[in-house]
Order: sequence, then C-alpha cells, then structure tokens
Amino acid sequence: MTEHAKTILMVDDDEDFLFQQKVQLEAIGFRVVTASSKAEALRVIAGSRPDLVIVDLMMEEMDAGFTVCHTIKAKDESIPVIMCTGVVGETGLEFDAVTDEEQAWVKADVLLSKPVRFEQLKREIDRLLAS
Amino acid sequence: MDTLRVLVCDDETGMRIGVERALRHFSVRVPDVNGEVHFTVEQAESAERALELIDASPPEILLLDLKLPGMSGIDLLERIGPRHLETLVIMISAYASIDAAVRATKQGAYDFLAKPFTPTELKDTLKEAAEHLILARQAKKLALEKRRVRFEFISVVAHELKAPINAIDGYLKIMATHAAGDDPAVYARMTERCMTRIAGMRKMIEDLLDLTRIESGQKSRELVEVDVCEVARTALDTALPSAQVRGITLELHAAAPIPMTADRGELEIIFNNLISNAVKYNRDNGRVDVKVEAGAGRVRIVVKDTGIGIRQEDVAKLFNDFVRLKNEETRNVLGSGLGLSIVKKLAVMYGGEVSVTSELGAGSTFTVTLNCEAPV
Ligand SMILES: Nc1ncnc2c1ncn2[C@@H]1O[C@H](COP(=O)(O)OP(=O)(O)O)[C@@H](O)[C@H]1O
Repeated sequence: MTEHAKTILMVDDDEDFLFQQKVQLEAIGFRVVTASSKAEALRVIAGSRPDLVIVDLMMEEMDAGFTVCHTIKAKDESIPVIMCTGVVGETGLEFDAVTDEEQAWVKADVLLSKPVRFEQLKREIDRLLAS
Repeated sequence: MDTLRVLVCDDETGMRIGVERALRHFSVRVPDVNGEVHFTVEQAESAERALELIDASPPEILLLDLKLPGMSGIDLLERIGPRHLETLVIMISAYASIDAAVRATKQGAYDFLAKPFTPTELKDTLKEAAEHLILARQAKKLALEKRRVRFEFISVVAHELKAPINAIDGYLKIMATHAAGDDPAVYARMTERCMTRIAGMRKMIEDLLDLTRIESGQKSRELVEVDVCEVARTALDTALPSAQVRGITLELHAAAPIPMTADRGELEIIFNNLISNAVKYNRDNGRVDVKVEAGAGRVRIVVKDTGIGIRQEDVAKLFNDFVRLKNEETRNVLGSGLGLSIVKKLAVMYGGEVSVTSELGAGSTFTVTLNCEAPV
C-alpha cells in the first residue's frame, strides 16, 4: 500500500468520469484530488505538488487541458502528466504524445483517448510513477 | 448568373445559324432565382456529331431535329436515354407525326417545336425549358441541404445519447466488480448518478419527440380555447418540487383568465421549458416570477428569474438546437439544449417570438408573445 500512497490530481469537467476514476484509484490506495475546471486545477497546482496529474484536454475552453499541462510542467518538469481526450477521431483534431517534438508541444507524457479503461489508466500510472 | 448550354442538332445550316443568332443576346429571368440566365449555342449537323458532343460534355438543352440523314433524332434519343443525362430535349420537326411524337416523348423528349418557328417562339420555348431546369436544380440543392442538416442533427443526437450511456456503463462496471472498495455510501452515490443520467436521457428523448412532432406538421394538434393562466399554473405546480428542494419561490402574476386558441400541449411545452430553466439556472433561495398578459390580440408570457444570468454574446445562440452554455455554474445542470429551440419554434408557429434580457449574476427574463387567434 505504501507504494500507492501517492497523490494524483485529476482534472476533468465530466463529473461522472471524475467520480468513477477517483473511487477506483482510491480503492487501490491513491490519494485523489479532483478539479473540474481549468481555474480550479490551477489553484490546486499553485498550492500543492501532486505526484501525477491526469487532465482532460477539452474542458469549457477548447484547449484548457494544454494550459493546465503547461503550467504543471513549468512548475516541475518531473511531474508526469496523462492527458485524456475525446478529441481524436471526433473533431478530426489528431495528435499523439509519441515523437519528442510533439511531446514538447503537447507537454503530456501519455495521451489516452476516451472512453478510458481504468486498467489502462492504472497501467500508465504505475509505469510513470515507477520511472 | 447562370449560363445554359444549348446544342442544336439539325442538318439545315440555316436552322442552326438561326438558333445561334436568336439566342446570342437572349436572357431569361427566372422567378425565385437571383440573376439572369444566358445561353451558349453549339451546333451539330448530324446525330452522330451530336452524340460525340454529348459524350464529351452533355448540354443542358438539346434542340433535336427528328429527321436527319443517317442516325435519326429518335435513334439518338434511344442511344442517350440510358445515360440518364440531365439534358432537356426539345424536338424540332416540320412534320411530327403523332406516332413519332409519342415515340420521342417515350424516349424523354421534354417539348416540341414545330418547324418553321419564329425567333419569338423559340425564345418562349427555351424560356420555359430554362425555368424548368433552374427550378429543378434549386430543388435538388435544397434536398441535398436538407439531407446534410438531417445528418448533422442525427450525429449530434447520437453523441448526446452516447455520453450518458458511457457514464452509466462506467458506473455499472465499477459496481459489478466492486472496484470502488467497501463503502456502501459510494455505491449509493453511483446508483443515484446513474438514475440522474437516465432521467437526463429521458428528458432528451422527450424533447426530441416534441421537436419532431412540431416539425413534422403535428397531425395530433388540437386547437381549442385554452386559458393561458391555467396552463401557467399547471406548469408552476409541476416545477414546484424541484424548486422547493432549493428554496426557490415560484409566483404567478395574472389577473382574470386569458383565453387563446391553441393546442394545450404546445402551451404546456412553452411554460414547462421556460419555468424549468428559470429553476435550473437559479440560485438557491431565488425567485421565479411568471407573468401572463393579454392585449391587442396577443398574449405575452414573461418568465423572470434571479439566477446566474447569460452573457450578452451568448444570447443569440441560445435558441439553436443543442446549444448549452458551458461554465462553472451550468456544469452540473442536466439538459438537452433543445428546450429553448423548441420554445422558439412554437412561438413562431403562433405568429409570435421569444426574446431575452439578462444580467450576468443577477437573473434573466424570457418573454414570449403569441397571437391569440388560431395559427394557420
Ligand atoms: N433562465 C436561464 N438562466 C440562465 N441560463 C439559461 C436560462 N435558460 C436557459 N439558459 C441557458 O441556455 C441553454 C439552453 O437552454 P435550453 O435550450 O432550455 O437547454 P437545456 O436543456 O440545456 O436547459 C442552457 O444550457 C443554459 O445555459
């Protein structure tokens, strides 16, 4: 359990998605702080240092996720960021956190497209926190 | 401006040149279409030559002589028939026997012009053909546009229904695998969210049904004399439970009964949507004031709330299908984004309109005016 006692900040404007991931992450021993808007997320980041951040790309503004991501990386480059998005394949906006160049722009360590399976999310969290 | 291509197929050179001359500076004004329609003329001295030109690029209008050396006009029609061209064929002939005329018509000829004809007769015939062509094109464009709008609508509906299904699916999976630990309160909360999302989906489906009923020409309308105040009272009663939970006061300001000729169900939809919005987007312990007034053959419905208000730049969008304003205050409010568009469509049906004034953080006032007498 001790290896899981890390704090995850989760940012998403989908209340149900937020709740679902939160209860499951808590059930396996993480501490989860949630924020449902860009402003709320920026407030949390200003006052604390989460061990990992999961952020939705599209919130009330088109690219609120990018801003949050950027702010976190500017604060501490070593905080891993997972970006979730329903964008790929839906609006035709496509990107993937694969190449270094793209990663520098997107700023996320991993990009997951919604609907995100919890197993997949957990695997990425474990991998990022282990390294 | 449109230009129609005319191909004249006749073995008499004089005829071909005559047509070319008559149409060179001729233009037609088609009602319902902007601008004038002009003509360009190409010539073919035989059906064989005409076929070549048609194969290269089909003209809009073909002026075709029945009797030609070699392949006849009818033969040509038979050859091009299976290609389903949009070409309008006008037969020109000195002695169109009934039999030939019938055969040509069977092969798709649109009109006949008996030789010899005057330039005016030619122009009249072509004017009529041009109108037919242009209007057919318009109709086709309109049908395509209608199809596009329909597809867009369906894809938004699909998306809007998928969102709650994904949420419910997510909860059920967690519940099925007990993936959220042992606290029963967490599971109770998940059940509650599922029910909320199902309620939202049901509202969406009801709104969609209202919308289609309104747009499909509503076979089941029943226009009778209705007391608008009474409908308002019923709608307020319906909204009362959800208002009470949040300490919101509802009040109706109306004098005597206000009669109007209407479908009661449609009036209920207007009130229900406006009042439920005024509650949903209100603050706790706020107010909703509903006023119904009549005058000069019109009924005015005013629904005023003390809620979150609407930004000026968003006001224009509100009445479109599926528009929901996304911000911190509206995030947890469920809705289809169809309510106000339905209200607007109904208002228009009753010869009226909807307007809104609003102050951010202070409240909004929606006003609907309707004609008292039966809508057409
Ligand atoms: N009384 C109101 N006060 C503030 N905002 C409102 C009000 N009524 C409607 N709105 C805004 O207009 C949007 C469209 O309203 P509507 O078409 O009724 O759909 P919905 O199902 O989302 O309520 C709402 O999502 C909300 O943002």
